[in-house]
Amino acid sequence: MTDPKNNLQEGDPETTGHEWDGIQEFNNPLPRWWLWCLYATIVWGVAYTIAYPAWPMISGATPGVLGYSTRAEVVEDIARYDALNTDLRTQLTDVELAAVTQQEMPDLYNYAIQSGRSTFATWCSQCHGRGAAGVQAAGYPNLLDDDWLWGGTLEDIQMTIAHGIRNEEDPDARWSEMTAFDEILTDEEVSQVVNYVLDVSAQEADATLVAAGEEVYLNNCAACHGDNAMGDRFLGAPNLTDRIWLYGGTPEAIEETVRYSRFGVMPPWSGRLSDAEVRATAIYVHSLGGGE
Amino acid sequence: MASTDTPPKLYKAQEPIFPKRVTGTFRNLKWAIMIVTLGIYYVTPWIRWDRGPNLPDQAVLVDMANRRFFFFWIEIWPHEFYFVAGLLIMAGLGLFLFTSALGRVWCGYTCPQTVWTDLFYTVERWIEGDRNARLRLWKADWGFRKWRLRITKWIVWLLIAVATGGAWVFYFADAPTLLRDLLTGQAAFVAYGTVAFLTATTFLFGGFAREQICIYACPWPRIQAAMMDEHSITVAYRDWRGEPRGKGKNRRVVAEKAIADSRLAGSLVTGQEPGSTTTASPDIQVLGDCIDCNACVNVCPMGIDIRDGQQMECITCALCIDACDEIMDRTGRERGLIDYLALTDEAHEREGNKKVPILRHILRPRTLIYTALWSAIGIGLVVALFVRSEIDLTVAPVRNPQFVTLSDGAIRNTYDIRIRNMTAEDTVFRIGLTSEEVLRVDLEGSQDLMVEVPADETFLQRVYVIARPDDPAASAERTDLRFWVEEFGTTERAYQSQTFFGQVPQ
Repeated sequence: MTDPKNNLQEGDPETTGHEWDGIQEFNNPLPRWWLWCLYATIVWGVAYTIAYPAWPMISGATPGVLGYSTRAEVVEDIARYDALNTDLRTQLTDVELAAVTQQEMPDLYNYAIQSGRSTFATWCSQCHGRGAAGVQAAGYPNLLDDDWLWGGTLEDIQMTIAHGIRNEEDPDARWSEMTAFDEILTDEEVSQVVNYVLDVSAQEADATLVAAGEEVYLNNCAACHGDNAMGDRFLGAPNLTDRIWLYGGTPEAIEETVRYSRFGVMPPWSGRLSDAEVRATAIYVHSLGGGE
Repeated sequence: MASTDTPPKLYKAQEPIFPKRVTGTFRNLKWAIMIVTLGIYYVTPWIRWDRGPNLPDQAVLVDMANRRFFFFWIEIWPHEFYFVAGLLIMAGLGLFLFTSALGRVWCGYTCPQTVWTDLFYTVERWIEGDRNARLRLWKADWGFRKWRLRITKWIVWLLIAVATGGAWVFYFADAPTLLRDLLTGQAAFVAYGTVAFLTATTFLFGGFAREQICIYACPWPRIQAAMMDEHSITVAYRDWRGEPRGKGKNRRVVAEKAIADSRLAGSLVTGQEPGSTTTASPDIQVLGDCIDCNACVNVCPMGIDIRDGQQMECITCALCIDACDEIMDRTGRERGLIDYLALTDEAHEREGNKKVPILRHILRPRTLIYTALWSAIGIGLVVALFVRSEIDLTVAPVRNPQFVTLSDGAIRNTYDIRIRNMTAEDTVFRIGLTSEEVLRVDLEGSQDLMVEVPADETFLQRVYVIARPDDPAASAERTDLRFWVEEFGTTERAYQSQTFFGQVPQ
């Protein structure tokens, strides 16, 4: 609206020297408060690097005069939460496991599930997997299904976690050992008994060998696995009639088991984990879908 | 142009501005808007709203701890954040609409920086006097009187600032309880921190930084400039009517010359084309309506001269219009030398045409489209608000492992269902599947298919879906299924689709 020829007036700042279609740009000075803000941030920055850990050195950063450390804060936090949870932990050690349900004791149940989940992820997931599904056919049991070698009640699970399976350092550990039948049975008898096991587990079997296999089974295997092949939890002897196989249910895998036996080991955790942690882990595992 | 003898300055001190008191239409409008906006801001957290037991009885509350937003009868849960997103889109479109129609009307009237600066100026004027008194005080030496006035002013500013910072925190907690805690020293550190921070920013920005915030710190002026076009209404000076301007003395000289030339007598009053020279004496130039009284400059809170044309600094608060109109009334000229104008008005009016009504500028396709979009989203949100269900579920499938084989050969999938009970009562929900004839549902830790969810809470329930060995789903790679949750005893259901993974035979 003003006269374009009269654009620049007395007192106007310099222009940047750029021109677009006759439009020039003022080279306006920055406000002074802005300058002071810049100085203030520089002072703040220097003070900060003196006060807090800042400059990277060969072995760590400058510590800072305030002695601040994130690591120390984490340690403090852990101690604080431990102290906050003392009551829950004591309660968890004293209470009957079956009483800890979501409906009756929601706070304790929630604590047990969360604590059990993290303990499981730290100590158990290496063998049983992050989702507790085990490693099929490699002898790490799936904890989600409805089949348990040693029992799936809360007490059974707690017992197994605390003392482990087949380890010598804990006298209370669950123990059993299957005989290796390679040198006891003939090749034919092995083949017969394998076909019998295939038959009772509803798999395809050589019908001509099954009858003979049953006799071999009753003479050699029924003592542990039972007359009807349903297994025995007291001995951790697996049920052979269901669809779940710890080491695989193929004829080859069954023959390998018959000839050379299996010997799955789990370490005892009662020394390494606190009583409350063992119980929390039992509650967590029990809640995964297989709990009895 | 600046003299080339001295090097250009790199940094510029703030130039003090002493806006003069002004009365008029737009000043009254600004008072009204200030009262309404500040009233809403300070009063809202104190409105009570009975929601029954266990729920806050504050009408507007952002409940961070429980992740709820309460707005009168509306309760927004985190999963309904699209309401907030919708409101933000509406705010954006609203800004497009208002800026394209009325220019920087947001800056001039409703921006918090404008409102609080205006309030602080009012306090300053009330304590230190109007423009001339303040100018004198500014130049005066620091004595008892100056200290007294300054300290009084700062104390009042600080009280306003504390009230402002204090009001903000009440939106995030029960206001009466928080006020008691704040006064007795029991409130959370974050509450004190927020109050302190907002007090400091209000005090500094409203009292001292003022127009510096608008010019240097705020991005809106630059963004808004891009939203305007030649039809947008801005505050402008009718230079074709006002120029050449002249002060009273020159004006008298011209008038005397004109009267001496009888043929020209009266032309000044009737309004000959400004700037034209008379045929009788070429050295006599007819002056425009601007008497160069600087009233428009003296009232401007941004410290600019609107007669220089459109400027980035102008927040279109229109106080210069009020000031100029008063002068035009006194000189007996028509109002509107400074006025709300669109850029297209200049050429139009220079040709001698009548003023274009403001409404003609405002109602044009661009603004109508913005209005339509804005209303459509608004209507959509209102509809969504009324049809939203009071029960809701999300289903997270557990895929580690994908499925579990059970001892009888059945295949089981696991899902974590989160049920939200948005009613105010403990409610029993039934969980089920739309394909029950094939698949069985089991709940962890529950004998039947019922779960009780406490009022106004979410509940996580592990759900198992089992396919018997001879079910097609057990051997199909994927089977679609649909979970539903219904409030026990009613028929209202919420659904969620999911997939079931089976074991494909090798």
